[in-house]
Amino acid sequence: MFKNLLSRLVQGLLVLLVLYTLTFFLVKALPGGPFQSERAIPKHIRAKMEAYYGLNESLPVQYGRQLKNYLRGDPGLSFRLEGRPVSEVIAQAFPVSLQLGVLAMFVAVVVGIPAGCLAAAKRNSLIDSGAMAVAMTGICLPAFVIGPILAEFFGRGLKWFPALGWDSTSPSSWILPAFTLGLAYAAYLSRLTRAGMLETLSQDFVRTARAKGVSPWNIIVRHCLRGGLIPAVAYLGPAFAGIISGSVVIEAVFQIPGLGRHFVKAIESRDAPMIFGPVLLYGTLVILANLVTDILGVWLNPRLRKSS
Amino acid sequence: MLRSLGSALLACLLLASCQRETAVERANREKILLVGNGDDPKALDPHLVTGVIEHNVIRSLLEGLVADDPRTDDAYPPGAALSWEHNAEFTEWTFHLRPDAMWSDGTPLTARDFEFAYHRVLHPDLAAPYAEMLYFIKNAEAFNKGELKDFGQVGVAVLDDHTLKLTLREPVPFLPGITRYDSWFPVPRHVVLRYGKMTDRFTKWCEPDHMVGNGPFVLKEWKFNDHLEVAKNPRYWNAANVKLNGIRFIPIENFYSETRAFLAGQLHTTYQVPPDLVDKLKSDHPDLLRQEPYLGTRFVRLNTTRPGLNDPRVRMALSLAIDRKTLCDTILKGMRPAATLTPAVGDYHPDAVVGFDPERARMLLAEAGFPEGKGFPRYTLLIRSAGARTVSEALQAMWKQHLGILVDIQGKDFGSYVSAQHTLNFDLAVASWVGDYLDPTTFLLMWTEGNGNNNTGWSSKTYETLLSDGAHQADPRQRLEKFRQAEHLLMEEQPLIPFAWEARNYLHRPEIKGWHPLLLDNHPWGALSLEP
Repeated sequence: MFKNLLSRLVQGLLVLLVLYTLTFFLVKALPGGPFQSERAIPKHIRAKMEAYYGLNESLPVQYGRQLKNYLRGDPGLSFRLEGRPVSEVIAQAFPVSLQLGVLAMFVAVVVGIPAGCLAAAKRNSLIDSGAMAVAMTGICLPAFVIGPILAEFFGRGLKWFPALGWDSTSPSSWILPAFTLGLAYAAYLSRLTRAGMLETLSQDFVRTARAKGVSPWNIIVRHCLRGGLIPAVAYLGPAFAGIISGSVVIEAVFQIPGLGRHFVKAIESRDAPMIFGPVLLYGTLVILANLVTDILGVWLNPRLRKSS
Repeated sequence: MLRSLGSALLACLLLASCQRETAVERANREKILLVGNGDDPKALDPHLVTGVIEHNVIRSLLEGLVADDPRTDDAYPPGAALSWEHNAEFTEWTFHLRPDAMWSDGTPLTARDFEFAYHRVLHPDLAAPYAEMLYFIKNAEAFNKGELKDFGQVGVAVLDDHTLKLTLREPVPFLPGITRYDSWFPVPRHVVLRYGKMTDRFTKWCEPDHMVGNGPFVLKEWKFNDHLEVAKNPRYWNAANVKLNGIRFIPIENFYSETRAFLAGQLHTTYQVPPDLVDKLKSDHPDLLRQEPYLGTRFVRLNTTRPGLNDPRVRMALSLAIDRKTLCDTILKGMRPAATLTPAVGDYHPDAVVGFDPERARMLLAEAGFPEGKGFPRYTLLIRSAGARTVSEALQAMWKQHLGILVDIQGKDFGSYVSAQHTLNFDLAVASWVGDYLDPTTFLLMWTEGNGNNNTGWSSKTYETLLSDGAHQADPRQRLEKFRQAEHLLMEEQPLIPFAWEARNYLHRPEIKGWHPLLLDNHPWGALSLEP
C-alpha cells in the first residue's frame, strides 16, 4: 500500500514536470509578448522591460530559471499586474476559489446524493422521472445561463442576495454562486448515485435483507448506500479539482475575486509566470484529488483491496 | 438528509432577510461613491501604467499642475500649481506651485518633487511605457533614449521651492491640458526613495499603507478583483470642498453583470452598458441611462502593403461603401458617424472627407481594375474578441452589397490581435483610438513613418512636413490650419477608414451631483457629491 502510494506520488511529480514543460513552450509559441498594448510601447522601452523580467535570455535559460524558481517555491513576478508577485496573487485569490469550491461541492453532495437515492428507491415513479428530468436540465444548462437567471431573479428582483460580489465574511454573498456552480455537479451526481444504487439494490443480499423484514429506509441507508456511492465517489475527486479550477464563468458572472479570472487574463496577456502558477496548482490538485478518490474507492469497495 | 436540506434552505431565507438595505443606500449614508471601473488597475505608479482604468483611480490620489474642471474639458483650473504663464511662442512655461501644498503625510510638496518626477519618468532605466508624453520638453527625448546623460540639459528647471520652469522643444499651446495625464503627475520623492532607488520599477511605495499622494483622496484598501477604496485626504488643498468621504472602485469586467449590479442597487455609476441592452434600458430607465460623446474614433486599419490595398482608390472605395449612419443607428448606439479621423475638439474643425457614397465607391473600384468587385482579392477582417463581431459583420455585408466583394472575418484574442497588427500580418482590422488631450496631435502624430501605433505600412513625407510645420507654429490658428491640411491628406489617402466617433453609454444614479458630460471623461472626483 505504502509503496503504491509512493509510486503514485513520484508519477505525480513527473506529470507536473511534463505539464510545466508543455505549458512553457506553448506560451512561448503564442504570437505576441507580454508587453504590448493597443498603444505601442517604444522599442527601446520594451527592450528594457523585457530585460527586467529576463525575457531577453535564450529559451533554455528561461526554462531552467523558471523551473528553479518553482522548485524554490517562488513563481516570480507577474508581467500583467506589473511587479506583483504571483505567489501573492495566488495567496489572495486561491482561498476564495477554494471556499467557493467547497461550498459548491457541499451543494452538489447535499442535493445530488439524496435526490439520486430517492429516485432509485422510488424507481419508475413520478418522483424518479421528475428528479431525473430536473437533473438532465441541470446538466444541460451551462452556468452562464443559470447564473444570470439566479442573479436576476434573487438578486435584482427579490433582492434576497447580492446580485454580484463576494464577501468571505458574509454568507448571503455565497449562496447564488455556490448554487450556480454546485447545481450542475449535483445533477450529474444524482444520476450517478441513482445508477449505483439501482445496481446495488438488485443484488442478492438486498433481497435477503428484504425477506428478513428490514425497513426500506434501513435497506437504503445501511445496506446499499456504501456500495451505491462508489461511482459517485469516483466522480467526486476529479470533479472537486474541476469545481475549483473551473469556476471562471461563475467568477465573471458574480464578480468573485478568485483565481480563474487571473488565469484567463494571464493567458490573454502572455503573462507566463501567472499562467504557470495556476496550471501547476490545478495540476497538483487533480493529481491529489485522484489519489484521494482511489484511496476512498478502496475503502468503500473491499473487492479492490486485494488487487492493490 | 432531507432534513438537513430543509434547514439549509431555512438558513438561506434567514440570511436573506439581512439584505434589506442596498449597498447604494448604505453608501449614500456613508458618502462613499460606488464606481464600476471595468477592471483592476495593473498598478498605481502613475509613471508605469497607461490605461484608462488606472487613470481613473490615480487621478483620485495624485494631482498634476493643472486640475480637471467638472463642467468642461477645455477649462484649466489650478491644481498643484496656483498659476502659470508662458512666453509668446508657448515654448517657455513657468508654474507657480501652491505655497501651502503638501503630501498626504504632511510633507510639503515642492517644485523639486515635480523635477524628481520628470527625471524619473524620463530616465531610461525606469522604462516608463508612456515617457513619450513628456517629449514636448526640450531634450527629453534624447535623455529618454539614452543619447543624453545629463538631466540638467533637459528643459526642467526649479527656480525656487514653489516655481517650476519648463522649456519646450516646440510651441505647445495645449500644455496645461497634458499635465493632467498620469505621466505628468508628481510623485513623492521622499516616499519613492524610502522604498528603493528612483529608477526601481516596482517598489512598495504605491501600495496601501505606504502610498502618499497629493490628490483629494488617499489609498485606503485594495482587495484584488474585489474593490479598491480611497478615503478623503484631509491634507488636500481643497479638502474643505471635497464632499465625498471616499470612493470604492469595483472592477467588474462583465458588463451584463455590472448592469445587473447597478439595477440591484450595488453601484452608483457603471463603466459601460452592453450595446444590445441600450434600447431596453432607454425605454425602462430613461432617467438612469447616459449617452455621451467621448474623445475617440473607431476605424478599420488597412495594411497598405497588400496588393490591392496599396491603391488609395481601393481604400477610398472601401471607405465610401460604409453606411456609417446605419451602423451608428443600429449597432454602435450613441456613437456618431465619423466623417474624418479626429472628432472636432476646441477650435479644430477638420474637413469632412468621407461619407456614404456607394456610386463613387463602385466607380473608384472599377478604376482600380476591379469592376463590380471582379478579381478583388479575398481579404480577412481581423477583430478582437466577440465585441466587434456585429460591426464586422455589418461591414462585411455593406462591402458585399455595394462593391460586390467578399471579406472574411477572423477573431483573435487580444495578444494575437495586437501582435498581428504590429507585425503587419493582417489585411484589415477593426480598431479604435482614444485621445489623451484636446488637441488633434493626439490623433495625428501616430500616422508617421516608424511610429509604433501606425501599423498600416503607410507614410507620407508631405504629411509629416505638414505636421512638423504645424508643430512649430506659434500662432494657434495657423498651427491648427496646418494640422487640418495634414488630416485632409491623410483622409484622402485612407490608410485607415474611420467609421464612428466614440460615445460612452453608462448607467448613472441621480443622487450623484457635480457630474457633467465630458469628452475626456475625467470627472474630477473631488467635485462630486451624493445627495439622495
